[in-house]
Amino acid sequence: MIKGRAWKYGDDVNTDVIFPGRYTYARMEPEEMAKHALEDLDPNFAKEVRPGDVIVAGKNFGCGSSREQAATCLVAAGVGAVVAKSFARIFFRNAINNGLPVLEIPEAVDAIQPGDEVEIDLERGVLIHKGVEYRFPPLPETVLEILQDGGLIPHLKKALAKEG
Amino acid sequence: MGKTFAEKVLARKAGLSEAVPGQIVEVTPDLGMSHDNTAAIRRIFAKLGLDRVKEPERFVVILDHVVPAAQVQYAENHKDIREFVREQGIRFYDVGRGICHQVVVEEGLARPGDLILGADSHTTTYGALGAFSAGIGRSEMAALWATSKLWLKVPSTIRIELYGRLPELITAKDVILYLIGKLGADGALYRSVEFAGPLVEGMSISERLVLSNMAAEMGAKNGYIAPDEVTFEYLKGRVEGDYEPIYPDPDANYEEVLRFDLSDLSPQVACPHTVDNVVPIEEVAGKRVDQVLLGTCTGGRLADLRLALEVMGGRPVAEGVRMLVLPASREVYVKAAEEGLLKKFAEAGALVLNPGCGPCLGAHQGVLAPGEVCLSTSNRNFKGRMGSPEAEIYLASPAVAGATAVTGEICDPRSLS
Repeated sequence: MIKGRAWKYGDDVNTDVIFPGRYTYARMEPEEMAKHALEDLDPNFAKEVRPGDVIVAGKNFGCGSSREQAATCLVAAGVGAVVAKSFARIFFRNAINNGLPVLEIPEAVDAIQPGDEVEIDLERGVLIHKGVEYRFPPLPETVLEILQDGGLIPHLKKALAKEG
Repeated sequence: MGKTFAEKVLARKAGLSEAVPGQIVEVTPDLGMSHDNTAAIRRIFAKLGLDRVKEPERFVVILDHVVPAAQVQYAENHKDIREFVREQGIRFYDVGRGICHQVVVEEGLARPGDLILGADSHTTTYGALGAFSAGIGRSEMAALWATSKLWLKVPSTIRIELYGRLPELITAKDVILYLIGKLGADGALYRSVEFAGPLVEGMSISERLVLSNMAAEMGAKNGYIAPDEVTFEYLKGRVEGDYEPIYPDPDANYEEVLRFDLSDLSPQVACPHTVDNVVPIEEVAGKRVDQVLLGTCTGGRLADLRLALEVMGGRPVAEGVRMLVLPASREVYVKAAEEGLLKKFAEAGALVLNPGCGPCLGAHQGVLAPGEVCLSTSNRNFKGRMGSPEAEIYLASPAVAGATAVTGEICDPRSLS
């Protein structure tokens, strides 16, 4: 169960404002990346985000550069999930591959206000906000397995170990 | 019912008789490309506990993003990468060879009918040669090194047919900015795009690469152009061995077919801070600029440099304006030098830099201060991308860049001729 406060943003939040290009070729551990999360969009985010908090945004979240740190920095910052009207395709893949649930629930995005409490049950496929349940279609099995293993690398490690 | 290009190519690469939109297929790419991020990918790969890349011959590494190294940490990354490619036997192009998306094309590494996955969002570029090419993340490249396999979702397809003849000084860049303005930054999200029609058929490879490159800016997974005589002619002497082009069926099932006649197109400009914030140049002409960037994987090819100089017409770069010129590759640089273009830029007061991505991603070689304005031939104008989040980036064609450089304000190139 994912439970936290909502951080709400608009449409087309791009990976340059999620994790600025000036850091993208620097050697940085995830904890350090977390300090720059959403730096050029909302300078307060990295300071105030709490584990389990949920980012709620409009359409095309994560558009732009393929930089994977855009997903890694959010995971390291403790973000429990991103709920948006739609996602840019490379960010969507990077999020799954970093074990970050990404959910397309347009009606919930419209209803949720900044700071609202949000609960998400991935197994049941439901988001709860102010007593209202929003259902979302289950992720494809391939994707769900990666997410359940905590990302692509742990997933692959498991698969490689099985092959022996 | 016939099949789209994406459905055909992904079925072939997955070893299936057919593939339908929404299906998840496991594919083996013909080429995997990464750049300066190879150092980070190597660190991810190490977590898998493997020593060897399974099929090193499938991969290429090109250093272009921060070249030559601007800081010690970049230098360490480059050093790591050189050691890694040597140890693994991976094909490698060191700093100075050029921007990855131009180098792959020049070196004949992207062939019609190929599947190419690159750890860079503008990997869509090679669609201009009839390949299926898409961007992926770093962990995915590490997974490819380990297993040569990755899952992809088969996309539905939007076909964009372009008609008419472009007016003088109107370029492929104006075409794609216009389309992105019409469709929006998510107009082709998750979709495969096929660019077609007489206008596309009449374009050079250099122009076609611009369309496929910026298909990424409308959210597309890939941007395909059917290979033809122009393509085959370009590939002669570059590609070794045979390749097998793939074409969509005439009765393919498209999600949407869009048709545009662009005979009356004017220069287009993407205003801050999104690529789909596009207006005809009349609406922004006269805006003062501090910097003009001519270069990148979108606007740094030989034809782009020639066009900008033609528009500049021997005039010097305007007082108070910094014009940066970055040829897209060593091949472009050498030809531009042979033609005397670099000398002309330097004499006009421009700063000719080495091939690379540098200022486009705000890493070095000309970052912007708060309040500064840049007119760029690149493909992104996101807030903070070229330096300060308080700077403004306008995107336009090389012709507009030339006109803007010599007047100091965003300028319609047609007004100077």
